[in-house]
Amino acid sequence: MDVENLNNMMIDVLGEIANIGSGNAITALSSMLSKRVDMSVPQVRILEFNEVAAVLGGEEKLVVGIYLDLGEEVEGNIMFIIDIESAINLTNMLLGRKGNGVELDDMARSALSEVGNILASSYVNSLSALTGLKISVSVPSLAIDMAGAILSVPAIQFGYIADQVLFIETVFEEGNKTVKGNLFLLPDMDSFGKILSSLGVL
Amino acid sequence: MEIIKVGMADLNIIKAPGILTTLGLGSCVGIALYDKHNKIAGLAHIMLPSSKEIKNNTNKAKFADTGIELLIEKMVKEGAIKELLTAKIAGGAQMFSFNNNNSILKIGERNVQATKEKLKELNIKIISEDTGGNYGRTIELNADDGSLLVKTIGHGVKVI
Repeated sequence: MDVENLNNMMIDVLGEIANIGSGNAITALSSMLSKRVDMSVPQVRILEFNEVAAVLGGEEKLVVGIYLDLGEEVEGNIMFIIDIESAINLTNMLLGRKGNGVELDDMARSALSEVGNILASSYVNSLSALTGLKISVSVPSLAIDMAGAILSVPAIQFGYIADQVLFIETVFEEGNKTVKGNLFLLPDMDSFGKILSSLGVL
Repeated sequence: MEIIKVGMADLNIIKAPGILTTLGLGSCVGIALYDKHNKIAGLAHIMLPSSKEIKNNTNKAKFADTGIELLIEKMVKEGAIKELLTAKIAGGAQMFSFNNNNSILKIGERNVQATKEKLKELNIKIISEDTGGNYGRTIELNADDGSLLVKTIGHGVKVI
């Protein structure tokens, strides 16, 4: 299966799976925060390499990225990316801190990794339930750096097979708009095929 | 002064005065070649080590081996002399770390290694480098003097 061969129906199905998966993830986040969290309809995006970082506001934008590897019957990864202000606001909420912390200390980093872990696990659980495929999730790994550098990791994974990157993006926002983030599902292309055929689309 | 941005899996050249830049290099490698005599600079932003390991290899700028060859070809066409070229390289970070040996995450290291091997094969000397680590880099290659500015978040700014 190639990125170029995906038809509209396949793209719709992927979007719908992501809708259910990220819906679950956002519900988990919402109950963690005891706050309302809104999410966008997930977008299946196929971009050229040099367009990828623009999604997050440019190559040099400082973001927090949490990366989790998927394994067993679906390979690929999940990335949870939020800008630095949102990361600080989110950890203040989670840790019950007041004031304007400007730095993400170890405690905050660990809390963010855990959020990534919970988001990814709930996403993957529903993906697994829908498709009947066994999917494992690795421990989270966190990086705070330029968006371009962080996104080079999934871009390179697609680089092996294509000249474009395919990912499913969900944008979410906490009720008071202090936290905004992106959740990306990036299965490899063989796994796309598996997911689609498990649902009878392929 | 003219500033040309080089994206991922892309390359470009410039004659002085001018700057070639690539933003937010992660595990990719920025390869800066310079002909001091003719003041011609070239910059490639490669993603993968070798075009030979992969079927889909039409975009030459994506790989260290074919990217370097194409960059030299373009520079020579504009009047650079291959024997005068020197190289500076930056990038090849490992952005995320795991306990297991995931080869995809070690790609930065392999990109750097493949870049060095190719430059050695072509007898192009690497005069300086800023590679590895776990952080991103923005680089600017100045065609006036071949200096390479490396900017990071939290790991300083330097000229190599």
